[in-house]
Amino acid sequence: MRRGLIGRLLGAHPVGTAFVTPYVVFLAAVFAYPLGFAVYMSFHDYFFAAPGAVVERPFVGFDNYVTVLSDPAVRRAFGNVLIFLVINVPLTVVLSLVLANALNAAIRWRTFFRVSYYVPYVTASVAVVGVWLFLFNSNGLVNSVLGPLAPDPSWLVNSGLAMPTVAIYVTWKQLGFFILLYLAALQNVSRDLYEAAAMDGAGRWKSFLNVTVPGVRPATTLVVLLATVTGANLFTEPYLLTGGGGPDGASASPVLIMYQRGIEQGNPDVGSAIGVLLVIGVLLLALIERRFVGKEES
Amino acid sequence: MRLQAGLLAIALAGSLAACGSGGGGAGDAGAAAKARGPIKIWYSNNAEEVAWGKQMVAAWNAQHADQKVTAQEIPTGKSSEEVIGAAITAGNAPCLIFNTSPASVSQFQKQGGLVPLDASYVEERSGDVAQQYKSPDGKYYQLPWKSNPVMIFYNKKIFAKAGISNPSLRTYDEFLATSRKIVASKAAKFAIYPAPSNEFFQSWFDFYPLYAAETGGKQLVADGKATFASDEGRKVAQFWRTLYAEKLASQEKYTGDAFVDGTAAMAVVGPWAIATYKGKADWGVVPVPTSSGKPAAEIHTFSDAKNVAMYSACQNRGTAWDVLKFATSKEQDGKFLAATGQMPLRKDLATTYADYFTKNPDYKLFADQASRTVEVPNVPNSITIWQTFRDAYSKSVIFGQQDVGAALDGAAQKVDQLVKQS
Repeated sequence: MRRGLIGRLLGAHPVGTAFVTPYVVFLAAVFAYPLGFAVYMSFHDYFFAAPGAVVERPFVGFDNYVTVLSDPAVRRAFGNVLIFLVINVPLTVVLSLVLANALNAAIRWRTFFRVSYYVPYVTASVAVVGVWLFLFNSNGLVNSVLGPLAPDPSWLVNSGLAMPTVAIYVTWKQLGFFILLYLAALQNVSRDLYEAAAMDGAGRWKSFLNVTVPGVRPATTLVVLLATVTGANLFTEPYLLTGGGGPDGASASPVLIMYQRGIEQGNPDVGSAIGVLLVIGVLLLALIERRFVGKEES
Repeated sequence: MRLQAGLLAIALAGSLAACGSGGGGAGDAGAAAKARGPIKIWYSNNAEEVAWGKQMVAAWNAQHADQKVTAQEIPTGKSSEEVIGAAITAGNAPCLIFNTSPASVSQFQKQGGLVPLDASYVEERSGDVAQQYKSPDGKYYQLPWKSNPVMIFYNKKIFAKAGISNPSLRTYDEFLATSRKIVASKAAKFAIYPAPSNEFFQSWFDFYPLYAAETGGKQLVADGKATFASDEGRKVAQFWRTLYAEKLASQEKYTGDAFVDGTAAMAVVGPWAIATYKGKADWGVVPVPTSSGKPAAEIHTFSDAKNVAMYSACQNRGTAWDVLKFATSKEQDGKFLAATGQMPLRKDLATTYADYFTKNPDYKLFADQASRTVEVPNVPNSITIWQTFRDAYSKSVIFGQQDVGAALDGAAQKVDQLVKQS
């Protein structure tokens, strides 16, 4: 029987369509539309104008991409974020899994520790950055402890150390969230498997490697992807910790440069081109990660 | 399924097309120029300026029941400029903003967000200094309102602790010798602490005031070309490089106020800071140094001005213009000076408010200095130009990773290109 337009629009399961519609609208409004608009801007000589202002926004092909790719500051920012991800993602996975495992065990003060790890995640970056500046400036606590081993120039004004310091800060700040993901995943690992491993003579370490790690693989895939996506969107930390990407752009991230070019300097077309390249880069990285980390799951 | 996807694609394409056309309409500008009625204005969120703004609005409203002014502090954002830029794009900017940065005027103008003002009133009120605020098309899109001529503040207690009773800070050599003495004596950890961060505007409070003084009032860009890769520019940059290299100034970001905290013995700030320092620092003030030690009466500095602009979203521009004139009248400027200590950009400031300066001698120096201030150049790509300069300055002067002269030359080439772009 031939269905009418409304019937075809609603599909075979109208109730299901009704349920997903709000999410589809949400997705279209806050994701698809801005992304599409960003792509449009990146191919035009585009700037924001007052309503009614007569302005020309000609199509410029790949000009904005050429501008972006020939800008050493942008290239450096992409390199910086790679350094960030290389440090941040593995560190996040290892620390959050180990800590979640420990917090899942029957230890005293378990709730206190869980809350303690989660607090930095829910505290505003602006508030905790002050503490890190106190810790990592040249007269800070870290250098006082290190004494003559303290780096010169100090952490946040050292070209080689600024980005790793930011990466460690972000790892620490976000750890609580990823611990929660692993804690949830650990609940799904069957107790029987641990008992079987114990029967086979496996110690804690072997049991962790052979039962826990494979048991939480789906969560690991999620943690890797989320850490990559949030890391690639790095902005607040270099802006606040290193005074806008210093020293000499060593901690500048693509989003920070995007903000400078697009918002501060009034070139949203160039900012959009950076954003599109970032999205493509993150998608490629996520595909590679999914291929390696999530292979058994798939 | 294909139909659903198709409908979504059409909806998105339609949205994009609507955005691309920049639709909407601001109405008839000619009619708006004469229209009178209620208007909205924004002023800054500085407590002293808010107090002045409230009394100014109350005074206007008391006399103009049919043309009420509704005023509010500028909405919170990362910076005033971003908030204003967003309001222009959204079409909901107020009629007047008493917090418009001259550096952003070229961008706001390009956005079609500003209304040109009556040149005769602007020039009559501000005199010769008004010329710096004229746009490349010969019109004024901002009324030069108030300045904060930046000078060197020094902490008398720290200087005394270092054994310096009468500081001599006129030449670079004197300034450096004094700085070395302060740090060596451990009276303060640093001699001076300008923000070493990478934001485009930071050079206004380290390089630019000294460059203005060294060159007798030259802007960063003049006649469509960068001016700073000159002997004067190199001298200024090298002076700051020495301060950073000898750790007399810090490369690290500071979260508080280094001058108030006593971490630094000196600061480069304008008279707005006097209220902040009250009861916290026993300060003295001198003009910024020059290499040869020019007399104070010849020293120029950065103006750190904020101006008033009228925005194109305004429908009742007749009232807006009247309010602008009222708020910048001799009477209201006097009230502004008394409330904030900031300098109205009026010609003959010192003589117009002679009584105030007699009663407040601390401010007399700033009034004298206000007649010799240098503004950021009103050129296209102004903020990109300053970021380009800051990047080069940061790399060479603050972090010593490049030769100072080579960095200035490289930045000048880029700036010359940026100035040519519209």
